[in-house]
Amino acid sequence: MDFISILSIFVLACFVGYYVVWSVTPALHTPLMSVTNAISSVIVVGALIAAAAAGSASSKWLGLVAVALASVNIFGGFAVTQRMLAMYKKKERKDA
Amino acid sequence: MPEAAAHAQPAWVLLAYLISGVCFILALRGLSSPESSRRGNRIGMIGMIIAVGTTLAVNIEKIPSEYAREFIHTFNSGPWNALGLIIVAIAVGGGIGLVTARKIQMTAMPQLVAAFHSLVGMAAVLVGAAAYLNPEAFGIAVRITPIYGPSVINIFPVSRIEMGLGVAIGAITFSGSVIAFLKLNGNMSGKPILLPLRHVINLGTLVAILGLIAYFTQDQAPFVFFTIAGLSFAIGFLLIIPIGGADMPVVISMLNSYSGWAAAAMGFTLHNSAMIITGALVGSSGAILSYIMCRAMNRSFISVIAGGFGGDAVASGGAAAIDRPYKRGSAEDAAFLMSQADQVIIVPGYGMAVSQAQHALREMADILKKEGVRVKYAIHPVAGRMPGHMNVLLAEANVPYDEVFELEDINSEFAQTDVAFVIGANDVTNPAAKTDKSSPIYGMPVLDVEKARTVLFVKRSMGGVGYAGVDNELFYRDNTMMLLADAKKMVEEIVKALG
Repeated sequence: MDFISILSIFVLACFVGYYVVWSVTPALHTPLMSVTNAISSVIVVGALIAAAAAGSASSKWLGLVAVALASVNIFGGFAVTQRMLAMYKKKERKDA
Repeated sequence: MPEAAAHAQPAWVLLAYLISGVCFILALRGLSSPESSRRGNRIGMIGMIIAVGTTLAVNIEKIPSEYAREFIHTFNSGPWNALGLIIVAIAVGGGIGLVTARKIQMTAMPQLVAAFHSLVGMAAVLVGAAAYLNPEAFGIAVRITPIYGPSVINIFPVSRIEMGLGVAIGAITFSGSVIAFLKLNGNMSGKPILLPLRHVINLGTLVAILGLIAYFTQDQAPFVFFTIAGLSFAIGFLLIIPIGGADMPVVISMLNSYSGWAAAAMGFTLHNSAMIITGALVGSSGAILSYIMCRAMNRSFISVIAGGFGGDAVASGGAAAIDRPYKRGSAEDAAFLMSQADQVIIVPGYGMAVSQAQHALREMADILKKEGVRVKYAIHPVAGRMPGHMNVLLAEANVPYDEVFELEDINSEFAQTDVAFVIGANDVTNPAAKTDKSSPIYGMPVLDVEKARTVLFVKRSMGGVGYAGVDNELFYRDNTMMLLADAKKMVEEIVKALG
C-alpha cells in the first residue's frame, strides 16, 4: 500500500470514529475507555512481527516483551469490559 | 519502486486486517446501548483474534529453517522456537490481564485504565525500537551494497518520521499514564506539583522532540532515535505532574487519545490497516471524551493541560468559611423526610466511590421504592475520576440503568422533587456556578439540586471544600440539611432507621 492509500484509510477512520463515539451513551463511557484500551493493543501485530523476524536478537526480545505487555491489555481490557457490561441491567418488570 | 516491493503483502492478509478493523468499529458502535454492548465486545474480541492469527500465519511461515536453528542457538534453550516464545509471552501477559480484570474493584477502575494506557504506550515504544533495530523485517528499509565496504541498511525517510512520531507519542503515553496511575491510586498526592518555568521547559522539550524527528530523516544514528524516546518519556512525566487529582477525568481521556495516536503512527510505519483504523477510532474517542469532560467543567482543554488547578477533594481542607450557620440533621431525620417523599433524586459523586457506599445506597433506594417513593439517580459528567465512573459503580450495585439519568435529562425535574440526596458530590451542585461571576467554577453546568424541596447533603465534615477550593452556598440554605458523617456509615444508618 502506498502512503496516500494509508492516509485515506486513516482520515476516513477518524471520521468514522468521530460519529461512532458521539453515539456512545454517556452511561457506558467507562467501558468505552476499557474497550478502546483493549483494541488499541492491536499494536501487538507489530510486536509479533518483531518477535518472529530473522535478524537482530535484541529486536526479537523487544518484540517479545511488547507481545507480553500488549497481551495484558488485550485479555485484561476485553475481560474487564465484559465484566462491567454484564452489570448493566434494566429494571425487572414485575408484570412479566 | 523498492518501497512498494518491500511492503508487498498477499491480498488475503490485507483483507483480514481490514475485517479486523471493521470488527473494532462495530465493537464501539455496540456501546450505543447496554443491550447491544455485550455483543459488540465479543465482535471486538473476534477482530483481535483475526489480527493476531493473520500476523502469526504470515510471519511464522517466513521463518526459514536455518534461521530456526540459529534462533534455537541464540536462546540456547532446547525446544524453544519463535512461536513457542511468542505463545509463552501471550500466556504470561494474558494471564496477568485476566486475573487483574477479574480481581479489580470497580472503584479502582480509573487506576486500572491508566495502567492499561501505560502498557499500550510502552508496547508502542518497544515496537518502534524493534523496528528501528531490525527495519528489514518490517519492510521499511532498503539494503544498499556498495562495491567496496559493508552494506548499509537505509530506513525510508517517511518511515523514520512515522517511527519517530510513534515512539514519541508512545513514550509520552507511558510516562504520563504512570503518573496518572500513581495519582489515582493514591501513591502520589493529587495536589498539583508546580515546577518553576514549567511552561518554558515543556515547550522547549516538545520543540526539541519535533526538531529531532525532523533531523532523524537526515541521520538515522542510534543517538537520535534514543534521544527522541528519552525526551518523550521526560515530557510525559512533566506534562502530568502539574495536573490536579480532580482534573483526572480529562487527563485519563487525553491519554486514552494518545494511546490511539501511538497505535495509528505504528500502523503507518507497518502499513497495517487494522492498526490505522483502530488508532484513529481510539484517538477520536479519547479526544471526544476529553472535550465532553472539559465542557462539563467549563474549562478549556489548554487550561487543563497547563495544570495547577485542583488538588484532591478529600485531601484539601481549610479555606472554607466554617462559622456560618447551617442545619444539621440525623439519619433518622433523613429517613423520615425521604419516606414521606413522592420522589427522591440521588446525586452521587467521588465521595461515594471513596467510601464504597454504592451497595448501601441501593439498599436504601430499594426500601424507599417499597414504600412507594420514586427514586432516580442524577449523574454529572465529571462526577468521579473518569468518564462514566458513577454509572459503573451504580451498575455494580445492581441499580437498573434506566433509573440513572444524565445532567441534561434530569435537571428540570429537581423543581418537582421532594428530596435531593447528595452523596459525595460537591462542586457539581454548587449554585454559585450559575450566579457568582467571581467564582472559579462560574459557568460550569451544575445539577439544580437547590430547587428540590429539601436537600440532604452527605459530607464528612464542614471543614473540607470541593476540588475547586470554593465554598458551597448550598450548605447554608434554609432547605438544606447537612448529614455529617462518612457516606457509607450515614447511608447504613438511614437504612436502619427506615427498616
